[in-house]
Amino acid sequence: MLVNNFLLYLKESCLRWITGLVYNNNYIVIYSSRNDFYKLLRFLQLHTVFQMKSLMDVFAVDYPSRLDRFEINYNLLSLRFNFRVLVKTFTSEIKPIQSVSFLYNSALWLEREIWDLFGVYFLNHADLRRILTDYGFEGFPFRKDFPLSGYVELRYDDSEKRLVMEPIELTQEFRHFDFRSPWEIKN
Amino acid sequence: MKKFKEIKNFTLNFGPQHPAAHGVLRLVLELEGEIVTKADPHIGLLHRGTEKLIEYKNFIQALPYFDRLDYVSMMAQEHAYSLAIEKMLKCKVPLRAQYIRVLFCEITRILNHLLALTTHAIDVGAVTPFLWAFEEREKLMEFYERVSGARMHAAYIRPGGVSYDIPLGLLDDIYDFSKQFVHRIDELEEMLTGNRIWKQRLVDVGVVSLDEALNWGFSGVMLRASGAYWDLRKTDPYDVYDRLDFKIPVGSNGDCYDRYLIRVEEMRQSLHLIQQCLNNMPTGLVKSDNKKLTPPSRALMKHSMESLIHHFKLFSEGFVIPSGEVYTVVEAPKGEFGVFLVANDTNKPYRCRIKSPGFLHLQGIDFMSKGHMLADVVTMIGTQDIVFGEVDR
Repeated sequence: MLVNNFLLYLKESCLRWITGLVYNNNYIVIYSSRNDFYKLLRFLQLHTVFQMKSLMDVFAVDYPSRLDRFEINYNLLSLRFNFRVLVKTFTSEIKPIQSVSFLYNSALWLEREIWDLFGVYFLNHADLRRILTDYGFEGFPFRKDFPLSGYVELRYDDSEKRLVMEPIELTQEFRHFDFRSPWEIKN
Repeated sequence: MKKFKEIKNFTLNFGPQHPAAHGVLRLVLELEGEIVTKADPHIGLLHRGTEKLIEYKNFIQALPYFDRLDYVSMMAQEHAYSLAIEKMLKCKVPLRAQYIRVLFCEITRILNHLLALTTHAIDVGAVTPFLWAFEEREKLMEFYERVSGARMHAAYIRPGGVSYDIPLGLLDDIYDFSKQFVHRIDELEEMLTGNRIWKQRLVDVGVVSLDEALNWGFSGVMLRASGAYWDLRKTDPYDVYDRLDFKIPVGSNGDCYDRYLIRVEEMRQSLHLIQQCLNNMPTGLVKSDNKKLTPPSRALMKHSMESLIHHFKLFSEGFVIPSGEVYTVVEAPKGEFGVFLVANDTNKPYRCRIKSPGFLHLQGIDFMSKGHMLADVVTMIGTQDIVFGEVDR
């Protein structure tokens, strides 16, 4: 009941920022374009009906076959009304999107993480450094086209008395097992 | 000749080998005398790319990675992942399995809080509670071992239920434990709660207002200490939490001392929950009898061809989840632990996002420690209950 009211109100109040609306299990999924999601988030944060004061998570999903390959998800939580909204927007490697760290402080590191692992650039971010990968790491490891084993390996060189980074050498080819029964695959 | 002397703030590297850094935290502190003006945590020294690794494993093989995230609250995380899969497959879990899960999640909570509180006490200067608590932790890990075979990385809570039924006599021993453990909490409190040094180090240190806590995405104890009545076991109950009676302690000042008190009270509530689980434990199956999802018993496998095929299929191909996505959260001891799972009609997750509470908490250390003394940074790392397995993933 509550959810229906929310959905109705959302449609009435900010329809032009919304490109899709789905109710999934226990949270609402809102699709929004790259230009509008910032306004939508601000609206959800401040409006009395929503009061989504917390941004619990920001994460990306990579779909290389799509034109805008990265799906950025903003996971908002309203403590007041006990419900969650997932705002989804789409972007690609060359299209930076607006940082929401001005609205939610928690976005600072979460956006850094996406920049680090997926290479999505955030505009107006105060401190967009890499966060999880090593100092001087190259590439964006969580993209689907980045191999699981990576490109370099690190070892301690006893003669040089320092760590050296070398192209990775696998004694055995990376093994990919496909156990799926061929007669059950859909698509 | 320069007219003015340039003064530069002192920059200090705290960690990654510092024992109070709780693992591999490199904290670059900017100090003005002994006052912290900026704290810049450098994380990622324990980054293993768990989310990426999971994309290359099938749904069952991905489960043990969750033990290794926050390695002091193992089952809570398996629980989140199992719930995600069950939600996607719309699978029902037998009641006994749900009780066992809750029982062990609460044991996990005590396990975690014992470590959190007493290592915090060590950082602040009290070694004794740590020695006492680790005795108790050992007993709890023995329960883990008896039920799953592993002291820590249990892989016990599986999609569809739990992996084995409880061995004979374990519930009696858990009951014995729960009877005597109350006194251990009392002893811990006698040692710390009224302790002058402990209070001097904790009261009014690292105050987080409710607005700050919300805006920085805090959850769990960090949020409740600031005055929010928010516990996912109550607000978004999973398994049998809605049938059990327990209270949520809420703080009022949002300082380190409140968080300490809340953790202690949560241990008592967990004990209460454990006893309820023991009393209400029903008989029956411990895993869903959908054989596409859970393996058949060993005995059945040796006698029935059908079971053998199911077993082989399950452990080679696994199960296929129809495309879709789901977000599940559980109240892990450290806060809101979430799993966002994207499936695409295959036996492997397309993407598995792990939302760990510690990542957002550690981010807050900068604003929490601003204006505090260097020694208080240690207190704050302790109170946040940081474990790097989950921060770095």
